[in-house]
Amino acid sequence: MPLKSVIEAVREAMLEEMRRDEKVFVMGEDVGLRGGVFLATQGFLEEFGQARALDTPLAEASIMGIALGAAFRGLRPIPEVEFADFVWPSVNQLIGEAARVCYGTNGALSVPMVVRIPYGGGIRGGLFHSQNVEAYFCHTPGLKVIAPATPYDAKGLLKSAIRDDNPVVFLEHKKTYRLVRGEVPEEEYLLPIGKADVKRAGDNVTVVSYGLMLHYCLEAAEVVAAEGIDVEVVDLRTLKPLDKETVVESVKKTAKLLIVHEDNLTGGVGAEVAALVADEAFEYLDGPITRLCGPDVPTMPFAQPLEDAYMPNTEKVAEALRKLAAY
Amino acid sequence: MTQAKPRSPKTSRKGKATGKSTGENRAVGFPEGLTEQDLLNSYRQMVLVRKTDERVWMMNRQGKVPIAASCQGHEAAQLGSLLAAQQDGDCFLFPYYRDLAIKMMVGLSPTQVMLSFMGKVGEPYSGARQFPLQGADLEHRVIQISNVVGAGLTQAVGYALGCRMLGDDTVVLAYLGDGATSQGETHEAMNFAGVHRLPVVFVCENNRYAISVPQSLQMAITDVASRAEGYGFPGVVVDGMDLVQSYQATREGIKHARSQGPVFLEMKVERLMPHTTDDDDRRYRGDDEVEQARLRDPLVTFPAYLKEQGILTDQEAEEINAEAQRAVNEATDVAEAASPPDASDMLSHVYAP
Ligand SMILES: Cc1ncc(C[n+]2csc(CCOP(=O)(O)OP(=O)(O)O)c2C)c(N)n1
Ligand SMILES: [Mg+2]
Repeated sequence: MPLKSVIEAVREAMLEEMRRDEKVFVMGEDVGLRGGVFLATQGFLEEFGQARALDTPLAEASIMGIALGAAFRGLRPIPEVEFADFVWPSVNQLIGEAARVCYGTNGALSVPMVVRIPYGGGIRGGLFHSQNVEAYFCHTPGLKVIAPATPYDAKGLLKSAIRDDNPVVFLEHKKTYRLVRGEVPEEEYLLPIGKADVKRAGDNVTVVSYGLMLHYCLEAAEVVAAEGIDVEVVDLRTLKPLDKETVVESVKKTAKLLIVHEDNLTGGVGAEVAALVADEAFEYLDGPITRLCGPDVPTMPFAQPLEDAYMPNTEKVAEALRKLAAY
Repeated sequence: MTQAKPRSPKTSRKGKATGKSTGENRAVGFPEGLTEQDLLNSYRQMVLVRKTDERVWMMNRQGKVPIAASCQGHEAAQLGSLLAAQQDGDCFLFPYYRDLAIKMMVGLSPTQVMLSFMGKVGEPYSGARQFPLQGADLEHRVIQISNVVGAGLTQAVGYALGCRMLGDDTVVLAYLGDGATSQGETHEAMNFAGVHRLPVVFVCENNRYAISVPQSLQMAITDVASRAEGYGFPGVVVDGMDLVQSYQATREGIKHARSQGPVFLEMKVERLMPHTTDDDDRRYRGDDEVEQARLRDPLVTFPAYLKEQGILTDQEAEEINAEAQRAVNEATDVAEAASPPDASDMLSHVYAP
């Protein structure tokens, strides 16, 4: 199988879906002429024309609202938010409106829209090019939230998201774009939304993660394996709806749970996973549910030591695994 | 009934705001495109809407309708624009919460409207999940998702974009209040519509109030239509208390939108009631102001005009009123007897299947 990067997988997923279905189109800042600031839509203007590789004015509320209106007419827009940090002007349309459309029309209307959002830090992006925004969307009924870690998952999930009739927030970790490469089959495939993936099987500790952090968890699992700690790594892949079954099954087997994410600790996805396991696997637990997350500061700062201090990494994950395994 | 006499057109303020007109010559004579039957029908609609509006207000006081936003004073603007849209035959509407006349007269029965206000089974827009007549009535090509002032405008523009992408000839009518013109999203919607010359008619029902905040604290200009020029399309000031003028402006607006791109119509209207059933407007405006406004009530001026034109007799007017009252009474009875939704409905339709 050919090796591809995450950004190549993302681009291919859209390309295939746009070739398959004329109603699918991309829109956003710089998605046309430039092919996207991360080149996710490179060549789309040439192949699909201006209407389906639509360079919009620099105005996120209208990018989202216009996508929504086009979806009402039966199109399947893929609005791109240039960086997650710039999603805030559009949240009225996304959280306020899009998420409520199906419910608020008694099912008469739905919103087949995928909002692509490059997110995340560890790239010296400072406060306004590093943000993790997932928790806000995960809190919102009516939205689905996907955060893949690998090229294979990114492609299969993005294709499914484009075919889904609900508004999907599709989070692509910027640091994984070119750093993470993996096998992607030539033939067409789809991956189910709402299904986690056990990326490494193990018996002693479960670690639940997603996005860039998933890779640190896998590395840390190898580090502690040499010390005799057998770690199971669960990649959530979809943050909403959560795959409760896979998480709970894993914890029932290992009796120990570590949750790792880059997003802030308080009210993050980890809090939800912790509550889930406390509810459904309490009697199986043999150690405290532990979270290793971004600290509660607004975003990872710019200066290298400050950014490093914020980011969870392989060493920090390994340390947390050792502590938990010792129970 | 005698043939309608030529109507001397009132001094039109069309085009004043931008110095442009939407480009149609306005012949002196019976209003172009209108028949006596149209006008009579609009009067029937106006009466039925007013009786409905008064009834739901009363039922609010009886504790039977949780909330209502009255369209009293806006009927001429709403029904005039709706008539133009219906004649055109290929318009899609994004009204706002004050557009009772539009939402009702696209084709809902008085009973459906009363079911909606009371939140009963059969509510046509949202299954009674939302405020009355809010959600979508796709059968009649109407969408209003939200209560968030200004939020529907980018959606309306997106709908028009979608229509263009699919090769439709549809024109979108997007309604908003004067307060809504201050929202950033309104700017974004108009800007995008202008850039892509999308077939959108923005219809601003300017009643000079956003709840209590007067126009002078909302904007530094007299005619918000003048903003349209900054988006590269015409803005037109219309006497929204006059159904014929509202009709004509919308009719021309629709033609312009389809052939050349967006238009902004500023319909100057009066809000004859408090903002909603929850508001007490004596806190911020004098009785005399409302009394003055009532002299221009379309329910007074429109039938007077029709009588003057020989289109309507006193007796016909009485019959029309009695008939509307009967319809509203019947609808009220049916809605009062109807069942509320089952509590289990609460969990459905969070996601599309
Ligand atoms: C974003 C937002 N802010 C505040 C409100 C509360 N609110 C509801 S209607 C309204 C006034 C709107 O005035 P205008 O747009 O002129 O319409 P009108 O009610 O006069 O027809 C306000 C402030 C709201 N619904 N949405
Ligand atoms: Mg107003």
